[in-house]
Amino acid sequence: MWIYEKKLQFPAWVEGCDIRIAKGLFAQYGGPDSELSAGIRYLSQRYTMPLNEVKAVLTDIGTEEMAHWEIIATLIHKIIDRADPEELKKAGLDAHYIQHGRDVYPHDAAGVPWTAAYIQAIEDPITNLTEDMGAEQKARTTYEHLINLTDDRGVIETLSFLREREVVHFQRFGESLRMVQEWMNKKKF
Amino acid sequence: MKIDKERLEMLKEIMALDFSGVELNLYLDTHPMDQRALAIHNDYTIRSKKLKEEYEKKYAPLTHEIVSKCPWEWIQEPWPWEIDYEMGGR
Repeated sequence: MWIYEKKLQFPAWVEGCDIRIAKGLFAQYGGPDSELSAGIRYLSQRYTMPLNEVKAVLTDIGTEEMAHWEIIATLIHKIIDRADPEELKKAGLDAHYIQHGRDVYPHDAAGVPWTAAYIQAIEDPITNLTEDMGAEQKARTTYEHLINLTDDRGVIETLSFLREREVVHFQRFGESLRMVQEWMNKKKF
Repeated sequence: MKIDKERLEMLKEIMALDFSGVELNLYLDTHPMDQRALAIHNDYTIRSKKLKEEYEKKYAPLTHEIVSKCPWEWIQEPWPWEIDYEMGGR
């Protein structure tokens, strides 16, 4: 069960002049390594996870990813909300404007719609957790690429926060993997 | 959307406390015997609860779990994505 809290996890802000970066931010809203993929992946993997510690990690990180998904949407919304169609076109968002107006929609930076084929849940806890660690690194790298492409101080500050979260999540998944390995070894011998 | 400075500062303080809570929660998931982290977590939780109570009394509900006057107070703006959190930005 979830309950909505009327606040963001981080005070997401933008200067707002770099409309082009909004197109890039869709990578993290509906791309392969997006916050959406992360959330759906972890929340789907938790039901067969053997250890209480790791069930908690998947539940809590999965939930946090939803909060990050909201932060990405907030950045995009704040940037494109006041842009006129001509400005959106110049920023490469004409196709988005035609199909979605100024709504956010889960597609990647190139407009490819989100698909569950981006993620896996395959029961084996070693396999699942190894995928999760890779996912966190891919998201970290995506944030670095986005930061390299903008001079908006608000976007940089907000993405830097999200980037750090990927590092922390990687750490927690690494600990989870170790705990599962120790548990499996104990079971066998 | 600009909101009252005092309200914004209070909201950001709640956000900061709750973020610390999330971070400590995650750490405790894999370090459940760390008594120092546990003590910090519990301290943040108490501080956050107290500040939220104060904020909701003074300004607006943070969840639907409120005793509301009429009309239903939950629907009032601003929503989290509408707030200007930084001076000189949006």
